[in-house]
Amino acid sequence: MTPARNGPVPRVRVAAGRHWLGLLALIAVVAVAPAMLPAFYVTLFGYVGLATLVALGLVLLTGVSGQTSFGQASFVGLAAYATTLLTKFAGAPPLAGLAVGLVLTGVTAWLLGLVTARLSGHFLALVSVAWGMSFFALFGTLPLLQGFNGIGDIPPLSVGALSAESKRVNLAVIWGVVAIAIAMSANLLDSRVGRAIRTLNGARLMGESVGIDTIRLSRAVFVIAALYAGIAGFLFAHFQRFISPTPFGLGVSIDYLFMVIIGGAEFLWGAPLGAALVVVLRDQFNDWIPRITGRAGDFELLVFSVVVILLLQRAPSGLLPLLLRLKRRGPAAGGAAIDVPVDATSLSNPALSTPVATALPNAAGQGAELLALESVSHSFGGLAANREVSFAVHAGEIVALIGPNGAGKTTLFNVVSGVLAPDAGRVRLFGACAGHLPPRRVAALGIARTFQHVKLLAGRSVLENIALGAHLSGRAGLLHAMLRLDRTEEARLLAAARAQAARVGLGRVLDMPAGDLPLGQQRLVEIARALCLRPRLLLLDEPAAGLRLAEKQLLAALLRQLRAEGMGVLLVEHDMDFVMQLADRVVVMDFGQKIAEGPPERVQSDPVVLEAYLGGLA
Amino acid sequence: MDSFVFLALLQDGITTGAIYLLLAIGLLIVFSVTRVIFVPQGDLLAFGALTAAALQAGQIPGTLWLLDGAAALALVASLFGGWRAALRGVLAWGIYPLVVTVATMFLAPRQVPAISILLALAIVTPMGPLIWRFAFRPIADASVLALLILAMALHFVLIGLGLLFFGPEEANAPALTDASFDLGALSVSGQSVAVLACCAALVLGLRWFFGATLHGKVLRAAASDRIGARLVGIDAGATGALAFGLASFIAALAGVLIGAITPLSYDAGFDIGLKGFVAAIMGGLISYPMAAAGAVLVGVLESLSSFWASAYREVIVFTLLIPILVWLSLRSGSPEDRA
Repeated sequence: MTPARNGPVPRVRVAAGRHWLGLLALIAVVAVAPAMLPAFYVTLFGYVGLATLVALGLVLLTGVSGQTSFGQASFVGLAAYATTLLTKFAGAPPLAGLAVGLVLTGVTAWLLGLVTARLSGHFLALVSVAWGMSFFALFGTLPLLQGFNGIGDIPPLSVGALSAESKRVNLAVIWGVVAIAIAMSANLLDSRVGRAIRTLNGARLMGESVGIDTIRLSRAVFVIAALYAGIAGFLFAHFQRFISPTPFGLGVSIDYLFMVIIGGAEFLWGAPLGAALVVVLRDQFNDWIPRITGRAGDFELLVFSVVVILLLQRAPSGLLPLLLRLKRRGPAAGGAAIDVPVDATSLSNPALSTPVATALPNAAGQGAELLALESVSHSFGGLAANREVSFAVHAGEIVALIGPNGAGKTTLFNVVSGVLAPDAGRVRLFGACAGHLPPRRVAALGIARTFQHVKLLAGRSVLENIALGAHLSGRAGLLHAMLRLDRTEEARLLAAARAQAARVGLGRVLDMPAGDLPLGQQRLVEIARALCLRPRLLLLDEPAAGLRLAEKQLLAALLRQLRAEGMGVLLVEHDMDFVMQLADRVVVMDFGQKIAEGPPERVQSDPVVLEAYLGGLA
Repeated sequence: MDSFVFLALLQDGITTGAIYLLLAIGLLIVFSVTRVIFVPQGDLLAFGALTAAALQAGQIPGTLWLLDGAAALALVASLFGGWRAALRGVLAWGIYPLVVTVATMFLAPRQVPAISILLALAIVTPMGPLIWRFAFRPIADASVLALLILAMALHFVLIGLGLLFFGPEEANAPALTDASFDLGALSVSGQSVAVLACCAALVLGLRWFFGATLHGKVLRAAASDRIGARLVGIDAGATGALAFGLASFIAALAGVLIGAITPLSYDAGFDIGLKGFVAAIMGGLISYPMAAAGAVLVGVLESLSSFWASAYREVIVFTLLIPILVWLSLRSGSPEDRA
């Protein structure tokens, strides 16, 4: 059903396969180990499993979506105290404790998320320190929670008549839950929502431009990370059967971050690796150092922290990528990939382009107005980047926007795509003037764009990058993705992405990391991503910059074909040959103002334009 | 609360606010030049205060041996980097620690407050560049997150060393002055005035440094564009060392100033540093005047809340800050992409 099946097996599948291998191994160990381990190790590996759960949430939150939280331990505490109070004092079954604990952590995280999802970087880190301290103070002072004396004799885990008094059974349960959490997280990352989550880390503007509600999504990831911590808290309370505020403090939250960074913040399997290292190292240091120094409590943290620093210096992006690289050393990849040619035959192959062509909505028909600017002005402080610019773009038309550097072309693009609001004047989209819309609403209306400075997820495959553009044509949410109920839709989205990749001539490099492509081809990835939105109006910011001649011709042919299908194209470009052979109309800007508009041949001989470009010499 | 108490609390708040401002400036310098959020700055503050206190008590502080040990390592390392680096290494990590050590041995027993303070500054200031040299420079290009986590780990290292050197007891740094004078009904302590004067002098000094000296301009260049600065031949290693040196000097100074007002223990630096960080954040990690306003606001908030509910002081300060931070973040508009 999908045309471009001739490439190697997609990376995504390989990655998912590796997860399953790891999970099978994990399940095998979980089935056997608890029965065989000495009691001391049962407890130790129980803690490793619990920490892994929290760390998994942090991988999603910090490693993948770039939000640093110093407050995860307080979510563990919330759920732990909830189940403790319910099961010990109200006699409720543990599963009720779990439910209440999760609702409590989920709602708390959602409320905090209302505040934090808009915060970026240091703001979030700081606010998380604040709530981490506040919850800790609360756990320590609320009379109900019995302060630092703690609460003991918490009932064991039980479901109906089955009760898990033994720590060994608990250990199996904990690691079973860890295996499920890893599987669900892996599913999540390998999905439409997963791709969207990756844009949260440093590519939010791009995410919004393909229709992703990045703020809502940040909040959702935040809640998921809190729920993982909540599940860990529930298991912790019934595993240890005694709780006090100590394990829910700021220091422990920092430990969770240590785990994630040491293991490899961007990798799910970094979570168990980091958790095991930190928990075991801490335990060993607590055991050995007082024996050597003869003093308890003084030097463990010191030595542990020095080890953390040394690990970070050897492997700043974590140990897991380091291990993977060691394993993979041998066949050298890289350099050779740079010169992968574009697939110049793809356009002539009707099987590739037809299904997409029909998918493009051209209901507007040729000649209908898509975009109209009415006296749009925008200034940055005292610098007027756009002054009273007016022009229109119609369906089935290629309009080129040219002008010397600094003429205000990119600013105008940002105004049209909703990144900037005009100071004065109006932007009419598809005949309606809805006031200023944010980029993702503009995208949903059917306007796709590329960026002058390419914005891609450099470490992800070309296919995944292009599939981001299909975000709005999918419905499956977080839960669907985690339970892998999104496969039909996912196949459809990836097929659409492959088709668009083939269209721009990238069919052979689908599985390469987008950042490894030469700049010209990265621009093509952006164009394919934009086409995945099935736009009625396409905004291209210097699409031909960095392309080779054959690639330019391919791009020109593609744009002509899109025009024939009824798409409107607005294009900023410096390559005059490219512009003049392609554009139906040319709008010339200089110093923020429109100085000429008309068919290419007329603009080329316009004295005002010549003055602007050649400084009056002509 | 009557107006008299309020004024006294305000005086307190402004004094501590000035300290937070100093720390905020140090954090801003280090962050803008190296992208490191210098969490251990608070611990260096505690080092400064406790070193001065130990000297004033006639003891040789453990921080001196730490300086000598780390400097010896840096000296050895510098010998492998060509003769210019070796010469610089011998001056900075050979002769300087030697002079400081000898001076401390001679002068510490005299227990003169001004000398104790100067020696404390001389001992703690080089720790910034040493921290840069051994902890951060090896991974200077890592992500902001990795650098932050490294800074956290370093904070625990310094706390451990602080406990080793100074024990768990609180101590007071010697005061610059015991004078106090009455302003209407309000008694103004001389040390508070000294804090504000030092703070003002430092701010003016930094202004001059950044505006008029080559080193200052180099730092500004490195702060506005790290890669660009490197391309025009600015040595990233040297700018980092300079930024960390300024920050540790500021921290040590803040330590001896605040240590004379409030007794500090080895682990008291983190909370103080955190509030400096809050002030820096209020300045968006870029704007110095905003950071100054933020610092005073944090100081006054803290002073007022310690009057009403001292046990919850930290919690109240941070909770009250959340709406301000949210407002600041909303004001910055649409979702922003960080580097």
